[in-house]
Amino acid sequence: MSTTNPARPAEQPQTVPVRPTRSPMSRFVVPRPLRPGQGSTLLRHLFWVAVAAAVVYFVSYGIDPFRNYQLATVAAYLCVTAGLTMLTGLNGQLSLGHGALMACGAYTVALAQNEFSDRDLFGPWRLPISLALGVLVAALAGALIGVCAARLRGPYLAGVTLAVALVVPAFTTRFADLFNADQGLSVYVDSPPAGLGPYFPPERWQAWIAIGAAMVSLLVVANLVNSRFGRSFKAVRDDEVAAKLVGIHVARTQVLAFVVSAACAGLGGGVLAVISQSVSPSVFGLTLSLNLLLAIVLGGLGSLFGAAWGALLLVLLPYLTTEVTRGFDLSPRLANKLEGNLPLAIFGLTLIVVMLVAPGGIQEAFRALGRTVRRRWRRT
Amino acid sequence: MLRNARRGIVVAACLALIATNAACSDDAPSSSGGGGTAAAVPGVTDTEITLGTHMPLTGPAAAGYSKIAPASKAFFDYVNANGGVNGRKIKYLIEDDGYNPANTQTVVRKLVLEDKVFAILNGLGTPTHTGVLDFLKTQKVPDLFVASGSRSWNQPEKYPTTFGYQPDYTVEGKIIADYVKKNFPGQVVCHMGQDDDFGRDSLAGVEQVLGADGVKSKQKYVTSNTNITPQIQAFKTAGCQVVISATIPAFTALSLGTAAKIAFKPQWIPSSVGADYTTLSGLLGPGKALLEGLIAPGYLPVSTDSANPWIQLFQKVNKEYNGNAPFDGNIVFGMNVAYLTVQALLKAGKDLTRENLLAAVESGGFKNAAVGPYRYSKTDHSGIGGMQMGKVTGGVQAAFGPVVQTDDAAGQVTEYTEAAAPPPANGIPTV
Amino acid sequence: MDRFIFLTFDGLSRGAVYAAFALALVLIWRAARVVNFAQGAMAVVTAYAAYTISDAVGSYLVGFLVALVSGLALGALVERGLMRFVGHANPLNDVIVALGLVLFLTAVVGMIFGGEYRAANQPFDTSAIEVGGIPLMSRYDLFIWGTVAAIVVLLALLFTRTAVGLRMRAAAFAPEVSRLLGVNVGRMLTLGWALAAVVGAVAGVLILPTELGLHPHAMDIVFASAFAAAIVGGLDSPVGAVVGGIIVGLILSYVSGYLGAALTPVAVLVVLLAVLLLRPGGIFSSVRARTV
Repeated sequence: MSTTNPARPAEQPQTVPVRPTRSPMSRFVVPRPLRPGQGSTLLRHLFWVAVAAAVVYFVSYGIDPFRNYQLATVAAYLCVTAGLTMLTGLNGQLSLGHGALMACGAYTVALAQNEFSDRDLFGPWRLPISLALGVLVAALAGALIGVCAARLRGPYLAGVTLAVALVVPAFTTRFADLFNADQGLSVYVDSPPAGLGPYFPPERWQAWIAIGAAMVSLLVVANLVNSRFGRSFKAVRDDEVAAKLVGIHVARTQVLAFVVSAACAGLGGGVLAVISQSVSPSVFGLTLSLNLLLAIVLGGLGSLFGAAWGALLLVLLPYLTTEVTRGFDLSPRLANKLEGNLPLAIFGLTLIVVMLVAPGGIQEAFRALGRTVRRRWRRT
Repeated sequence: MLRNARRGIVVAACLALIATNAACSDDAPSSSGGGGTAAAVPGVTDTEITLGTHMPLTGPAAAGYSKIAPASKAFFDYVNANGGVNGRKIKYLIEDDGYNPANTQTVVRKLVLEDKVFAILNGLGTPTHTGVLDFLKTQKVPDLFVASGSRSWNQPEKYPTTFGYQPDYTVEGKIIADYVKKNFPGQVVCHMGQDDDFGRDSLAGVEQVLGADGVKSKQKYVTSNTNITPQIQAFKTAGCQVVISATIPAFTALSLGTAAKIAFKPQWIPSSVGADYTTLSGLLGPGKALLEGLIAPGYLPVSTDSANPWIQLFQKVNKEYNGNAPFDGNIVFGMNVAYLTVQALLKAGKDLTRENLLAAVESGGFKNAAVGPYRYSKTDHSGIGGMQMGKVTGGVQAAFGPVVQTDDAAGQVTEYTEAAAPPPANGIPTV
Repeated sequence: MDRFIFLTFDGLSRGAVYAAFALALVLIWRAARVVNFAQGAMAVVTAYAAYTISDAVGSYLVGFLVALVSGLALGALVERGLMRFVGHANPLNDVIVALGLVLFLTAVVGMIFGGEYRAANQPFDTSAIEVGGIPLMSRYDLFIWGTVAAIVVLLALLFTRTAVGLRMRAAAFAPEVSRLLGVNVGRMLTLGWALAAVVGAVAGVLILPTELGLHPHAMDIVFASAFAAAIVGGLDSPVGAVVGGIIVGLILSYVSGYLGAALTPVAVLVVLLAVLLLRPGGIFSSVRARTV
């Protein structure tokens, strides 16, 4: 697809003045001027991450265990969507296989945690080491896929990564002694530290772990995006030929983006294994991979804010659609037909409507709203 | 990007919290467990008992199974209309997990933490339910009558609140193999299994009776690959005369259909999981003549046996409380689970606590539509231990021969002689 | 050797249906540069329409025609009523809307017809004809082959011998120029979707008797295999779709037969990588990547 002419003319105003040939991959772009950072990017990001973590810390005290569990799940997905929105939104590589990369992280964490407890190795260092191993394994898998992906474009990349998403059950079944096939493994997770008191809900502890991981993931991605590499990512996405001409090693840039986003996926998968205390292949199937893609596009492709919206939607949309339909009082006959199906229909419709109303995703819609409000403000 | 990223982190996190912040609660320890007085028991009031389940109502695995929970609910409604259990009405919350363990995680936590159910009942599926065992154990929630034949539910030491329901796949494998050994001596026996614990445990049971070399060809399938012609052809080449299969209904039908295509006609003996005649004939349509002569074990009365008083009761409840849904084995399954649950709740007494309920189930001795005995005790959390063979003759599936029982270890297959009892006249369970 | 011959014929029969389904994907890609993730769900809808009518009338042929007509209508409806309004801030929006459509259609079908399997209707005897003791192909397999071949020939004629076909190709490859030359590009796009949906509907009706039966999710796995087939062959090439379908069908059969059913997804991945690393645009890609 890389050299076929774009089937449709560009429909949005361009902010980059000179564009001799637009690669079709550049349609992934929501164009936005680059803004050079002021001061130390890392410090500024660290500050905001600390603020966010503090806010979340206090909020986690105010909500009940189930909300904490939902919060933890949102944070686990946020680890992944942050990396994926960088890969797809900023580097233009489409992946339908991030569920499999999450599985790499999750299974590594499961095996490591269980190995530690089998050998009676205890201590607060266990979980960070397990998670680090999970990130490492996912990053290695990501490097492998990334090398192949660097040669592929558009739907061909989608096809290969879709096939990657489907191999997880094959592996767990083939190596059933290690992975226990479809049934999966339970994950040994320590209870919250004794210092927090005997009635400290485990869900709140898990939420803290998940949020910590999400902040690490966001920090890494935010800094990478604002570095030299981030600019190369966008250059490669917008025009590969031009990027090559200015001396960017295209393949290397693409592999780097894939590895970082795979590492984020591994972290998210590992956190998910911890908060659910179990791993099994069907958790990480094609549905999850497609949901991740849904999340970043609905949220707003290419923006970390959008990634957060997306992670939130992944958890809240199914929950809310079920709650809404639960309110209806149905006869048994009708209930047998509608139960389960009605929430899915609403979910599907919501996706379609959001995409039609806000093609740039929720984040873009809010930004547009903000612009309108500011303009009005100035006028009055 | 830079500013947005920064603002994004903060604002998104805050909004996430505001959005999820609808219900606030304090840190009261009473919310974390099943202790103490009746007033503090989650899911139990003076007028109501709340139970919850996770089931595939949608998705590829929903066929058939989506009918179980509504059937249970219908039976509870029937009991409620007749006064309930010790004056309390049963409220049954059904959550759809689409047979996806990730969804199971969420909906079971919702049921326990948010809806505060008294117990989880009849959660369906091995991979789905395995994922919530640890959570339910930590929360001390009774986890009754899991709808799957995995042996994982019978670990009283490790998971003291979890109980199985149907005969596990190994017990079933042993019972089928024992029948084959006695009735098809000298014939070539083969095994078709789903490539997970279902097929593995079933084969283990079969080989325990027939010996490792008693099974000539062993083939596996996965539900994500509907082309099983290679496996069936391997059976044909091996000259199999009896094929024992651990298959779900869709793949039992597919096996029979595929075998017919290549003119391979062995005696099929599928697991009870995939042997309901109504379901299979729906799957095969015009090809349902292939089911003639099919032999399979069962642990509940056959759904088409309208002379059976239990089936008459369930058909009546189905008509009045379940919108007269097409009556099949899944409905019998769901109704009998509800019947058993009411028995256990009655036995736990008026002062209902989670501990009382667990003790009531462990005391065992339940009698209902199940053909064999329930094995529940302090040291055994597996479910029904007895099965009876059934055969399709002239388009009707009917049970025949003795009820036999065994365990999942090295025990012999023996006859169970206690006679079946009909339900009470009004159909309301008694202990 | 008997086993090999058997598996080969089995794979060819499977491959033919994957080929038909892949053709539908290729048609939409050529017309609109979109991978239609809703192809499977749309085929399920048309199959339910076909089965309902054919059960009522008692004729397979009528059902088959209903599948054709409802495919045409549904394809046009999806393009006119939905895809046309999708913003193109990025091409992923099409994918997301298609996924939303999948959820919606499967849920609606589930509400109307329930989640149970419905036995497949088949016009011919499906028992295999034996040659030298090896069961090779059934009459139904031959029917599949005939139908798929007919589709390929008809499409080739349409695109190379008719004015409409020429306009459709022009509209897809150079929309601006075509518009200047008086081609109604929008209408050609609708036609492309409708045509693809017809081919998808036929593929759906053909494949059902070889699957578990009709069910809201009956095409999920088929879609994945067909997508792989289309990618292997090259999304721009109808011939590629047919060749890709046969390759995927054979691989699935051989791997199931010799290595075990559980490993088939790995085999598909390996084939995809092997083909695409050598030819990143599929076997029949005609365009070469521009390099510096």
